[in-house]
Amino acid sequence: MAENTNTTVSTGPETEQISMVVFSGDLDKLLAAMIIATGAAAYDMKVNLFFTFWATAALRAPSKKAAGKDFMSKMFGWMLPKGAEKVALSKMNMGGMGTAMIKGIMKKHKVASLPELLKLAGELGVNINVCEMSMNLMGFKKEELIDYPNMKICGVATFLSDASESKIQLFI
Amino acid sequence: MTTDELKGLKVASLVDARGTACPGPLLAAKKAMGDIESGEILEVYSSDEGTKVDIPKWCQKMGHDYLGVVEESSYVRMFLKKS
Repeated sequence: MAENTNTTVSTGPETEQISMVVFSGDLDKLLAAMIIATGAAAYDMKVNLFFTFWATAALRAPSKKAAGKDFMSKMFGWMLPKGAEKVALSKMNMGGMGTAMIKGIMKKHKVASLPELLKLAGELGVNINVCEMSMNLMGFKKEELIDYPNMKICGVATFLSDASESKIQLFI
Repeated sequence: MTTDELKGLKVASLVDARGTACPGPLLAAKKAMGDIESGEILEVYSSDEGTKVDIPKWCQKMGHDYLGVVEESSYVRMFLKKS
């Protein structure tokens, strides 16, 4: 048998990775995703979040606008929540009353809000990859997304490549 | 370590994460660990019940020594030694 000639060049223990598909646009599920993401960062893991479908709406910046949208894109933009502050609970939303109540309870228990968790994730180096196809479907443009330090617009190949090198893969 | 031994430890850094919820204390501990030297001790205050279970697990994974916990009336004091 041939001798293994591979030489290891790594300088420290290999960085573990976690990759998540963040699909849901529900407040509760987005909170779960962001708490796991920031927690994983505390474990020195490389964290990759692939935002797709309804979740992309949570990355919209309320103050930003994009020009040159067609009628359907404008309609979608108008119907979907404009940013992390506006997403609702998956259950017991009750026309927004439930969501308002849970936000009050979260504040009381000092649980970070979704915009706070996004900011924290940015500071911790969590990567957010946004699905280009979803952006096109929803009619969102990258100019209207929040300012986030490690954000890329990409496709499924990026997720698969990240996930194949990750110990933990989640779909939320 | 006994409670008295823990209380008598010379800590290099103290992080007060009382009033923050999961994953606040963990992130605070991680940040504070970055500012101390290997072999030094970090003390973490937390009022979040789950942290008592989480921090030892985190220490084990990261290679730090979890020295123990002192329970106060409304919070816990945890002692961690940096690897």
